[in-house]
Amino acid sequence: MTGDGSPVSPTVADALTTVFREEWGRVVATLIGWAGDWDLAEECTQEAFTRALRSWPRDGVPDRPGAWLLTAARRHAIDRLRRATLGEAKLRQLAVTGQLPDADPDDSGIGDERLRLIFTCCHPALAFEARVSLALRTLTGLSTAEIARAFSVPEATMAKRLVRAKQKIRDAGIPYRVPPAHLLPERTRSVLAVIYLVFNEGYVATSGADLHRPDLAHEAIRLAALVVELMPDDPEARGLHALTLLQHARAATRMSPDGVLVPLEEQDRTRWDRTLVAAGLTELRRAARREHVGPYQLQAMIAACHVTAPTAADTDWARITMLYDALLAQVPSPTVALNRAVAVAMSAGPDAGLTLLDDLTRHGECDHLVHAARADLLRRAGRVGSAADAYRTALAQTSNEAERAYLRRRLGELTCPGPRRP
Amino acid sequence: MRYLLMISADETEVEEVVSEEGMKAFAVWMDDLVERGVIRAHEGLRPSRTATTVRVRDDEVLLTDGPYIEAKEQIGGFALIEVDNLDEAIEIAAGHPACAVGQVEIRPVLER
Repeated sequence: MTGDGSPVSPTVADALTTVFREEWGRVVATLIGWAGDWDLAEECTQEAFTRALRSWPRDGVPDRPGAWLLTAARRHAIDRLRRATLGEAKLRQLAVTGQLPDADPDDSGIGDERLRLIFTCCHPALAFEARVSLALRTLTGLSTAEIARAFSVPEATMAKRLVRAKQKIRDAGIPYRVPPAHLLPERTRSVLAVIYLVFNEGYVATSGADLHRPDLAHEAIRLAALVVELMPDDPEARGLHALTLLQHARAATRMSPDGVLVPLEEQDRTRWDRTLVAAGLTELRRAARREHVGPYQLQAMIAACHVTAPTAADTDWARITMLYDALLAQVPSPTVALNRAVAVAMSAGPDAGLTLLDDLTRHGECDHLVHAARADLLRRAGRVGSAADAYRTALAQTSNEAERAYLRRRLGELTCPGPRRP
Repeated sequence: MRYLLMISADETEVEEVVSEEGMKAFAVWMDDLVERGVIRAHEGLRPSRTATTVRVRDDEVLLTDGPYIEAKEQIGGFALIEVDNLDEAIEIAAGHPACAVGQVEIRPVLER
């Protein structure tokens, strides 16, 4: 991997991986703040990491790797500007106006740089998918190819999307800043929505063989933690962080080794990640100290009900129904209505849930999740024929392989005699 | 930065003569921009049925009666503003009374 062909020791390689994860966004954000040029910032950060890969194995990992990288990136940026035709003028201007913050990674001023970056990436004047892509590229350092793979689009498409987003920021004058107080609530919502989408995409991939894309889930958790670190008084940021931790705690059990989705009630609870659960519950408690209980907190509270129930039968479905009622009042979306119907079915019986699902279908909501939920409830109600029909309809409408495998399994259990799982 | 605000609405829905109330709301919007010194130009336009579209093809001047795009939504006015960034332009656009019935497209001016 190194430029001069010498092997990188495992310690240095580990250090580089950790530093890359921790420092990429910080260095990019600081350079954009300094030079105002997104491409230059990314390229010079990349160059700084390449230099680290060359010199750290030889000279050892520096005491303050973040500061080392920032200095290297800035030097490279200055070199590049000197070589460029218009660079000298830009450099003179930077010498007058561009203050590069002290290259100390512990300096809270640099934390603000990342906050400026995240708010700019998530500016509502950018298309939603552009916000998501740009946040992943600039804040987490995922490559264009990795982001393209994660969202199942060709790399060229993703590259074009990133270029256009950066062009719009520059040409349309989207300010590189944390928005003023009166815009902050709305803009923070956009930031959280981007992170939520990244997490969901990691949690249930919309297509392909894997149910789960742990890399994206990890990145979303990191971004959520970052927003909490930067905006500790925002209860919904904490709510979102709690939600991602509590959901991710179940990640290892959501799919069987042969790639079949495992429903919540059948998951091996002994394998849920207790560290993540504890961290999620702590974060949820911190969020709840604030007054407003928003949608992310409510969803985190629902996730908490699930991960704290010792067995599936112990699940407090009455409380979950109540939380979904509150969530539906704030977010009247078909998905929330669907989940609420399932919760009602679990506490008041399948027929009550089926009635709610019928209402949803009448309102035009009939994607594969509605059919799959209906099938599950019909199965619980013992209506085998209708359940099988509903599983078939759901199967015809989803392309996620793990979900398909689960639906096929259920269908097989209903239509073929033999040992049945619960 | 300078931005062109193109104010448009469904012509079949909008009264050709602006109500007194509408004029008052517009005056409030305009006074604020004048006071802030950010407005460079602003005009309202006659409806699109008065438009003439010109093309030159093979050295021949071709005229069409009407706007270049037949659409329900037509530009009814424009403003040229000079502000620091897009957020300011968005706030100004959102404050235009026509924004409540139609929409405002914000286009950055190509600066040389």
